[in-house]
Amino acid sequence: MTQLSRRELLRSAVLAGIALPALSACASPVGGGGGASSAPAVGATSAANPLGFAENKPLEIWVFDGGFGDAYAKDIHEPLLKAKHPALEIKHNATKEVAKTLQPRFAGGNPPEFINNSGANAMDFGALVQDDQLTDLTLLYDAPSWDDPAVKVRDTIDPAAITFGSYDGKPYVLPYANTVWGIWYSQKLFTEEGWQVPKTWTDFIALCETIKKSGKTAPFTYAGKHPFYIYEAILTLAAKIGGKDVLKNIDNLEDGAWKAEPVKQAATAFAQLGADYLMQGTAGLDHIQTQLAHNKGEVAMLPCGSWLENEQKDSTPADFGYAVFPLPDFGPSDALPYGTMHIQPGEEYVVPSKSGNPRAGLEYMRAMLSKEGAGKFMEMVSTLTIVKNAGEGLTLKPGLKSASDALTAAGDNAVWFLFRKWYVEMHDEVAAASGQLMSGKLTVDEWMDRAQKKADSIKSDSSVKKFTR
Amino acid sequence: MNYGRMRFVAGFLVIPVALYVIYVIAPYAQAFYIAFTDWRGVSASPRFVGTENFQRLLGDGIFWGAVGHNLLLLILMPLLTLVIALFFAFLLNAGGRGGTGGIWGSKFYRVVFFFPQVLAIAVVAVLFQQVFRPDKSGMLNAPLIALGLEPIGFLSDTDVAFWSILGVLVWQAVGFYVVLFSAGIASIPRDLFEAASIDGAGGAQLFFRVTLPLLWDTIQVGWVYLGIAALDVFAIVWVMTAEQGGPDHSTTVMAAEIYRNAFQYFKFGYASAMGVVLFFFTIGFAALALRLSRRERIEF
Repeated sequence: MTQLSRRELLRSAVLAGIALPALSACASPVGGGGGASSAPAVGATSAANPLGFAENKPLEIWVFDGGFGDAYAKDIHEPLLKAKHPALEIKHNATKEVAKTLQPRFAGGNPPEFINNSGANAMDFGALVQDDQLTDLTLLYDAPSWDDPAVKVRDTIDPAAITFGSYDGKPYVLPYANTVWGIWYSQKLFTEEGWQVPKTWTDFIALCETIKKSGKTAPFTYAGKHPFYIYEAILTLAAKIGGKDVLKNIDNLEDGAWKAEPVKQAATAFAQLGADYLMQGTAGLDHIQTQLAHNKGEVAMLPCGSWLENEQKDSTPADFGYAVFPLPDFGPSDALPYGTMHIQPGEEYVVPSKSGNPRAGLEYMRAMLSKEGAGKFMEMVSTLTIVKNAGEGLTLKPGLKSASDALTAAGDNAVWFLFRKWYVEMHDEVAAASGQLMSGKLTVDEWMDRAQKKADSIKSDSSVKKFTR
Repeated sequence: MNYGRMRFVAGFLVIPVALYVIYVIAPYAQAFYIAFTDWRGVSASPRFVGTENFQRLLGDGIFWGAVGHNLLLLILMPLLTLVIALFFAFLLNAGGRGGTGGIWGSKFYRVVFFFPQVLAIAVVAVLFQQVFRPDKSGMLNAPLIALGLEPIGFLSDTDVAFWSILGVLVWQAVGFYVVLFSAGIASIPRDLFEAASIDGAGGAQLFFRVTLPLLWDTIQVGWVYLGIAALDVFAIVWVMTAEQGGPDHSTTVMAAEIYRNAFQYFKFGYASAMGVVLFFFTIGFAALALRLSRRERIEF
């Protein structure tokens, strides 16, 4: 053997290092894609198995262990499916970190059959759709429903949910829970003090003034550390003033959408609320801390979604009497009437297209959308679902009842925005700016500029897939 | 080098070098490659976009804000930490009468100063979230509110939040350097202190004329180490601050922006471009720090 100097040894080690990535490339996108082309399993269709999934292949389920926990899947939906298909092997999993756990599985080409892609660490739906990773749910919606073979699944659910889960017109995502946003209060406190639910913005400000003067509680708060809660209210008010197109333009990244007059009016109104009527310390408190303050009677009103009552069930006084009211009328020229609400089908489920048995994932969704599946879910986690009349014959808690009534009253006057899901970056920027707007560090014009600038930059970013509605 | 020795050395080197190549060099090379694509984390075949990510980075105000915070930390965190740690270490080891021992109670203080090191960073962050709470449950704000004063938005005021974070970082780091410098001081021959104090040197002279020069090597190590830690700050900011780097980006750092872009916006290509920039910052700092602080060794 020839003499090998230390220098040569090290040099060849470095060269090997440079060559290695090209050879290994296991966790990187460079040469992956193994298994992507294998055809998904499809079995024979029958009355019992209209989707024709393969009963001999397992169904791997991943549930987000968040506000709803994972007991509903284990105790309601999985047994329901198992009762119908005893031969099917169901593998249950729960995680708090959806993306970290499951994203490598997508990149590796072996995703599970069913994912509850929710929570702060959910995967980006846009990126998944863009890469053709999700199963088109049309097959599910056109299949006979679980309860009545003569009725299609499509006809048993809120049509808005299908729209919500669609990307470029194709349904890829099933949003299962239905959320109503509004301003929450304690019926008991309002009755005791003789306060009325405000119908107009003037009444609302007057009520805030009365509450402030009473000195017993602060008028208003929001989850200051998560300013999404306040921009949600600002945008809902903007839609009420200017109509549904205000939010549609924002979602579609139209030029100047954030500088529209209704957006400006709504932001101005909330900036005033922020300047005069916020609970002390609001900006530094998170949702749980402000909700606890609400339960303790330290603040009278807070904007939130209809999961609130369930989330706070352990710390709410028994006679608190949660109730929700819609944003008051801003002026006589409002485009949408009193009762307009932000309604958002949420808690999203997907079936990865490159999984081993995607149709079993669809069958699981079909079970979830049964009346029994949805009704029991509603009772267990105390939330509304997209399944029509799932709450029939159930006794609802006061907050859920109030939200359910508001949902019915809103009817067609439901407004929503989707950029939060489509462009998380824009969501973060608007949230950050909104917190500053409420604490008086940004003017309304600066706030609109910031949001518009972000929208423009996303529009020009070729790596981000754009969606329209 | 003879044959047997060669084989001996190579035998020891092969496994560590291979591990280093697989787990350090290869991921770096991959990150450099991904920085030139628009990979969003799920695709098996990312599109090559050239320097687009780097061009976008130039106009990204949030990222440059983060770089600014890192640079500020790079200067202030080592400076404050080292000064405070030196002061404490001196008091514990040579601050007593005649420079021959620590001040009264130094054994107790030693434990107290080291205490933050025992806590996991996430625990520290959650702990200080409570300390900084803006209502009457907050340890610092409770007395202010009791006195009828306006509470300070330690984490919610964009002008204050960054300094609160700096305070926590220094608080957390000091203990380790107290121990490090204590060891350094302990290795200085006692007779030097005794001789200096017999010659009439006071506490300040003992510190500046004896302790500091003889500790210089240790301080230099601490500086490089803290500088790299300052470029790497992540967990405290991520766990502790509102909007993870907020409010309104006022506390964000490079690592937080990399994480956000990769794991929340799923722009792995863009995040990798940030990682490449951070890589050069860190390498540049280490080279500069070692060059600037080069100094003649003092032999005891």
